[in-house]
Amino acid sequence: MLEIDVEKQLGAFRLRVQAAADGRVVALFGRSGSGKTTLANVIAGLVRPDRGRVVLDGRVLHDSERGIDVPAHRRRVGYVFQEGRLFPHLTVRNNLLYGLRRTMTADRTVDLKHVVDLLGIDHVLDRRPGDLSGGEKQRVAIGRALLTSPRILLMDEPLASLDVHRRNEVLQHIELLRDEFRIPIIYVSHVVEEVVRLADAVVLMGSGRAVAVGGVEEIMGRPDLRAAAGTFEAGAVVDAKVVGQDVQYDLATLAFDGGVLTVTNLDALIGEPVRVRIRARDVSLALDSPSRISIQNVLRGNVADITTARDGIVDVSVEVGGVTLRSRITQRAAEQLALRPGLEVYAMVKAVSLDRLGAK
Amino acid sequence: MWLTPEELVAIKLSFRVALWSVLVSLPLAVAVSMVLARATFPGKTLLDAIVHLPLVLPPVVVGYVLLVLMGRQGAIGAFLHDVFGITFAFRWTGAALAAAVMGFPLMVRAIRLSLEAIDRRLEAAASTLGAPPAGVFCTVTLPLMLPGIVTGALLSFARSLGEFGATITFVSNIPGETRTLPIAIYSYTQVPGGDLQALRLSIIAVVFSLVVLYISEVLVRRANRRVMGKDA
Repeated sequence: MLEIDVEKQLGAFRLRVQAAADGRVVALFGRSGSGKTTLANVIAGLVRPDRGRVVLDGRVLHDSERGIDVPAHRRRVGYVFQEGRLFPHLTVRNNLLYGLRRTMTADRTVDLKHVVDLLGIDHVLDRRPGDLSGGEKQRVAIGRALLTSPRILLMDEPLASLDVHRRNEVLQHIELLRDEFRIPIIYVSHVVEEVVRLADAVVLMGSGRAVAVGGVEEIMGRPDLRAAAGTFEAGAVVDAKVVGQDVQYDLATLAFDGGVLTVTNLDALIGEPVRVRIRARDVSLALDSPSRISIQNVLRGNVADITTARDGIVDVSVEVGGVTLRSRITQRAAEQLALRPGLEVYAMVKAVSLDRLGAK
Repeated sequence: MWLTPEELVAIKLSFRVALWSVLVSLPLAVAVSMVLARATFPGKTLLDAIVHLPLVLPPVVVGYVLLVLMGRQGAIGAFLHDVFGITFAFRWTGAALAAAVMGFPLMVRAIRLSLEAIDRRLEAAASTLGAPPAGVFCTVTLPLMLPGIVTGALLSFARSLGEFGATITFVSNIPGETRTLPIAIYSYTQVPGGDLQALRLSIIAVVFSLVVLYISEVLVRRANRRVMGKDA
């Protein structure tokens, strides 16, 4: 979907990215200052690279060698900005229609009513942007970009300016539109929870470069990328399916490749695919099958890898039926258990420690 | 009606002169503001200085320069007269030109100020929504600089109503052609027994100025609210 090989010098900052990624949602993930927004602007045509190529879904948007540079207004990249950037002099309705009116009738695949219903912005249509809440503004901004029937939706930290409650509200709407419209999304973020919840593929950015490209589970699980991923707390991302519900105890059972997980009820229907994250510090290890303990999830697996100790802490990767879980334990514990690759261990996860990351 | 025909003529003329001076100079002022606010080129400071010159020069000097350049015998004036049949010397059009030149810096200052206050990221957003550069200008930049345009136009209009020095130097004092309100007041003070008429016209000038300022205040407030994203 995204194929990029560009260089751009901006003052002392140098952007030099070479990456190709595929997926319904590709995340540009990295700390602030890593060049994510600059790269997004290059993709949208707002920043012209010094050299290189940008190809989106087979369409060449920029190729310095062949002298191709499609101007921003013809790229059909729906850009949702961090700060919304609604036009203050237009009503919400006219903001929404701004791009739609400039899209050729033959190219229109998204209609106003559908977007307004999906984003729940019916009640603000005749208001002006100055009167909207942060969450409403951002939903309108998403709708406005969507209504240009873009080939691709580019979202640059669309939740950054929102408080926690609004964040979740807008995130749910992004999930909805991802599932409802067949428009690929490039999602720029420095927040691991958002990336894991939404994305299929990740381009990890660090100091102006693409440090790594790959699937979400792969990138998020790699301890060697922790420096670039920054705030990310080590853990494993597991795709699972709801297979059972216990109404009496308010629990749900999830099946994944490595077995079964019990979690506190997560408001999902049986059969629904979900994604959960198991943080490394919530996983403890035992050599024998533990009995008479409160922990609801005990998974048998094999040690795959142990990181070298740092500050007395090691991360142990455990293969559980094709899925790699991570466990963060003390160096002393690892030595007391004599952990080594290949050793059979029992990974224990408290049911209450599991985060649901949204529908997949 | 308690206005004499002579007074009425002077008032009407003043309004015609002020209106035309604003209408003709406004597009140019917008263009110059765009250049000063956004372009970088050698000699920009010089252009800035030239635009502001009428603000600091004695109006008589401006009138004299206009006379030399735009008069029937002047370099530009002769050309315009011969080729387009446009005459400024000793005509009301000349009064409008003088007023436009004198009001121009005020107009440019106001427009430039509001132009510089525009968040250029909004223009970038418009381009990603499919608007070509000219479309971005018409649908985003221009509406957002409206407060400056309104302020600039009304300031220049008020300045034109009061223009005296450059006008009388350039196009003299011809009743019905170039004798605008301030020149009429001046003329009455120069004849015996004209004091009362001078006073009446002065009061009228004060009233007009107040009305223009009031309208400007209302319009600017409304335009500002719109630019802030509120209902006008």
